[in-house]
Amino acid sequence: MVEPITVNTNAGETLLRFRDDVVHDEPAVTLDAFLGQTNATAVRLEAGDDARALLPHLGQIALVEISFPTFRDGRGYSAARILREAGFEGELRAAGDVLVDQIPHMRRCGFDSFAPEKPVDAATLTKLLNLYPQPYQKAADTRVPVWKLRHG
Amino acid sequence: MYRYDEYDQSIVDARVEEFRDQVERRLSGALTEDQFKPLRLMNGLYLQLHAYMLRVAVPYGTLDSRQMRMLGHIARKYDRGYGHFTTRQNIQYNWIKLADAPDILAELATVQMHAIQTSGNCIRNISSDQFAGAAADEVADPRPWAELLRQWSTFHPEFTYLPRKFKIAVIAADEDRAAMRLHDIGIQLLERDGVLGAKIFVGGGMGRTPMIAHEVKDFITADHLMSYLEACLRVYNRYGRRDNIYKARIKILLHEIGVDAYREQVEAEFAAIRDLGIDPPVAELARITAMFAGPDFASDAPDTIDRSDPDFAVWLDQNVAAHKQPGHAIVTISLKPIGGIPGDASADQIDLMADLAERYGHDELRVTHAQNIVLPHVRKADLYAIWTALRDAGLAEANLDLISDIIACPGLDYCSLANARSIPLAQKIGERFAGRQRELGELKLKISGCINACGHHHAGHIGILGVDKKGTENYQLLLGGSGAEDVSLGKITGPGFDEDGVVDAIERVTDRYVELREGGERFLDTYRRVGMQPFKEAIYG
Repeated sequence: MVEPITVNTNAGETLLRFRDDVVHDEPAVTLDAFLGQTNATAVRLEAGDDARALLPHLGQIALVEISFPTFRDGRGYSAARILREAGFEGELRAAGDVLVDQIPHMRRCGFDSFAPEKPVDAATLTKLLNLYPQPYQKAADTRVPVWKLRHG
Repeated sequence: MYRYDEYDQSIVDARVEEFRDQVERRLSGALTEDQFKPLRLMNGLYLQLHAYMLRVAVPYGTLDSRQMRMLGHIARKYDRGYGHFTTRQNIQYNWIKLADAPDILAELATVQMHAIQTSGNCIRNISSDQFAGAAADEVADPRPWAELLRQWSTFHPEFTYLPRKFKIAVIAADEDRAAMRLHDIGIQLLERDGVLGAKIFVGGGMGRTPMIAHEVKDFITADHLMSYLEACLRVYNRYGRRDNIYKARIKILLHEIGVDAYREQVEAEFAAIRDLGIDPPVAELARITAMFAGPDFASDAPDTIDRSDPDFAVWLDQNVAAHKQPGHAIVTISLKPIGGIPGDASADQIDLMADLAERYGHDELRVTHAQNIVLPHVRKADLYAIWTALRDAGLAEANLDLISDIIACPGLDYCSLANARSIPLAQKIGERFAGRQRELGELKLKISGCINACGHHHAGHIGILGVDKKGTENYQLLLGGSGAEDVSLGKITGPGFDEDGVVDAIERVTDRYVELREGGERFLDTYRRVGMQPFKEAIYG
């Protein structure tokens, strides 16, 4: 059974996490601010920011927070996959208008932390995360696609 | 035909359960309508003028008789006894209750069907050539590739909240029967040095800004098709416009940045992901292809047809096409009876077509983007029996590709977006031209009730666009469009007309055509030769 760990941060935020390391406590800076300085370890990407700009610096980043201004704005899904495909292993957090029915797709794109604006029903989330026995495609998670199960 | 294995079935079953839960949460108030909307749309459930409309997917338009009967059963049990076949080769039901929708999906799942991604800003039902596997001119059956795409696009985690809907068509012949270049992505299979691969076109579409897709990739083989398409979609997902719903389709992105810049970005993305293991092994395409091997055709089927019944001979010449196998033929069943609603079929008619497919047609049916039904594999010796059964059911209209074989959107009779009615106009045109349509020859007429162009008016040899003019329905006339391999976009003739006026204008256009045509020219050929002016004079002169 896949279930998130609920963490209340010092800033009063409730996080749903799928990793068990300590929550990174440095505040995230904007992409512009990050690129203009050298020692930040947490970055916040707005929906239109180019995630590829972070690729040369992934080694120093512990947390990338990606903003979802509305749940309909799907750019963050691509940003997350780009970071994971490039080998980013730090915390990847979806923040903003993050709804329970979107979280399973976000998990597949590599998000392992969620800061929803409005509380998410834990029972519904657990049910949704365990609903589909296997996916059709390979993505940024470890789930095995159907074609792999068929052909090994 | 493709058959689900345990994996496919478990995914469709899980979807039913997920949607049942979402409907329960909506009915209990846990989900707002705003939050529920994209979830129900992803299952093809729209809120129309009078009721919910449910659109059921018919992947690449292929069905067997059991699935077809299920469509009739749903029409009878949950709707008003009929269904409407659509331009995406799907079927939709116009009078559905929200509380019934999960049960309908559960019934569909028992025959390997679903309503997944028949709406929403995601990759929609993959469409294809309705003559696939039967046409003599194809290099391969395009449907295994379409099935590969169906699986890849189903619940794609990255491409479920695209800027706008996304439509893909796959063909494998030079003759384009699927309007491939009017899709967000059009794929044409072709052979090069003995290897089957795909030419990729991007950025076509109709809507309020019609565009013809550009060739973006000359040739890509199956082992990298998915990673290449992911690159195409990712560039769109990241950079497609989200500030204006009317400028959000991929065609606008290509138009704004240019096809060369788009191609460069796709190539850069492709280079980054092509070796990440996204592509299924070629064994998967081989597994699917084996299921489309096609029926065992009788090698001794007689090639002659008794044409002594003149009504049958007319239908034979109009609605029956050549098959790759001697002694066989492809039948198109017209869902455009004169005075009827284009694309509608009653539950009894659906059952009858299923019966005919089972008895005479190797158990296969196809839905066409022109809203007709095809029996792709029948013996010539059975054509008369098929025609007789169709005639008795009101399904033997001999009008394929003639002026009364109209594509029409549901229009203001059903649709909350429409400005004008499409159905009554289609009925009037059918009635006006029924007596002389054969004399006019191939003439594809398409009607949209608003600028969203669901009735493909841009691609009509004659197109009609319904608009709202100071509170009254008004119709603009377009000439010269085509959705086929000679793809083109129609041009507006001039000021619009009321409902009767547009029918009169079409009559003046066709009269002028008959005067001007040379040899065996179709209307479209004459229009392309002489241009708009003679027709303008005929209409407004």
